[in-house]
Amino acid sequence: MKTIRIGSGAGYGGDRLDPALALMKHGELDYIGFECLAERTIALAQKRKLADPQKGYNNLLESRMEKVLPLAYKKDIKVITNMGAANSEAALKLVERIAIQNGLKGMKIASVVGDDISDRVNNYYDLPTIETKALLRSFSDQIISANAYLGYQPILEALEADADIVITGRVVDPALYLAPLVYEFGWSSKNYGKLGKGTLVGHLLECAGQLTGGYFADPGKKEVPELWNLGFPYIDVDETGDGIISKLEGTGGEINPATCTEQMLYEIHNPAGYITPDCVANFSDVIFDQIEKDRVAFKGATGSQATDSYKVSVGYRNGFIAVGEISYGGPNCVARARLASQIVKKRIEYLGIDVDDLRCTLIGINSISPFEKEYSENALNKEVRLHVAGRTRRKQEAQKIVNEVQSLYTNGPAGGGGATKSIDEMISVVSFLVPKTDIQTKFTITEVN
Amino acid sequence: MKLWEIAHSRTGDKGNIANISLIVYEASDFDLVKEKVTAQVVKKWFGNRIKGKVERYELEQLGALNFVLHQALDGGVTCSTNIDKHGKTLGSYLLEMEI
Repeated sequence: MKTIRIGSGAGYGGDRLDPALALMKHGELDYIGFECLAERTIALAQKRKLADPQKGYNNLLESRMEKVLPLAYKKDIKVITNMGAANSEAALKLVERIAIQNGLKGMKIASVVGDDISDRVNNYYDLPTIETKALLRSFSDQIISANAYLGYQPILEALEADADIVITGRVVDPALYLAPLVYEFGWSSKNYGKLGKGTLVGHLLECAGQLTGGYFADPGKKEVPELWNLGFPYIDVDETGDGIISKLEGTGGEINPATCTEQMLYEIHNPAGYITPDCVANFSDVIFDQIEKDRVAFKGATGSQATDSYKVSVGYRNGFIAVGEISYGGPNCVARARLASQIVKKRIEYLGIDVDDLRCTLIGINSISPFEKEYSENALNKEVRLHVAGRTRRKQEAQKIVNEVQSLYTNGPAGGGGATKSIDEMISVVSFLVPKTDIQTKFTITEVN
Repeated sequence: MKLWEIAHSRTGDKGNIANISLIVYEASDFDLVKEKVTAQVVKKWFGNRIKGKVERYELEQLGALNFVLHQALDGGVTCSTNIDKHGKTLGSYLLEMEI
């Protein structure tokens, strides 16, 4: 039976690169996916694109591709990634340039577009947002991005055109992995059972190390070996759509039914109704079977007909978030931090600073103590750090809040130290549904000469 | 005993919704966890932190429950002033529960 081996090269935009390169060198992969686009990452990328039309792709695209492309070429591994973010066309140009510089003659690179509907989002102002039912119109002045979560189809089209590297913007994460399965096994777009299985493969792989023992360890309870050297997963999928999860020998981490179950349910609501543009996947009867050390077989996912809409994620400017911190140590430090907290709240009230959701909390174990002793239960309450956070409409208000934390130095309780402050513009996200017929996708492909 | 003794957990976020998986180490403990850790119990456990409803899904063959906590993330990762904007630590606090 034909089997395809797909590796996971990244679980988020800033993930480690060396485990991905190790997989490409030694994993005998057919494909590798790099999932790098969180919920609002694309809005931040859109901001960069507005500032410079040649930017707006993943910040690490260049440094990643300089290492990934030559390996992909040498080992004949196809690469699929959403590192195009808000500008997959500019990403294509950059990746092409890197391929030329490395002399990768004949390499075919494709970019997928169609997810970005920010130029016509005003057509949908009368639609309710999914989160609160508020009309999209109520965000209209602040909108900076609007991207539909595409399915596997445009990636499949690029693969059918013989692409070696496929760069997308917003697609649902599992589609990065489902597309090559559909391509290799020739699954029909109506074969929802298979698409459900492929969606599980993608969902398991999309967070990379979270399948192989990352985000799992709890010392003394759930031990995971050598997390510093965590191996990323790969899955051998056969044409039934079921598969076996593995990682490279000699890498850290662990694969067992417990790590797999945690990851299968990660960011899942109803396991019987996981909605993507490609199908409604059902994971509720999946079983995991440890067939040998760090190898787990899985089967049992199914799927049913897809809905007729795409989810569109809209990024909008939502004011500012102000954060200020200051630490207190030694006897009675908690009382001094509480006093500091009261002073800040009173000052904000006195100055009439307009702030939402003001939060004053206390942090701390061993960050400021001059004594070189390891953390112990006795160290509790020997230091504490006041953390003040609040949201404001305007930057000036945020500035006033962080200044009130800093001015605790000379105006607050005894012995405050290590004050820090930061102000960030907040980019928030709402979403709505559009009919699939409103979205046209296409791909561009280029061959390196 | 604490739930932590017999089960483990991972938390995910989507918008203002958190989901917490609760998975037993030993299949023989599943019935106990299923009986004690109902959606209502979880809703009560987190108190004011969860403004919406709590749903529970069961995956018997995996010894797993999946809790979906609505309006649980102060608006969600993109606008919360909580240090843990994703609410990723919520699962660890569920494991504090005495059963």
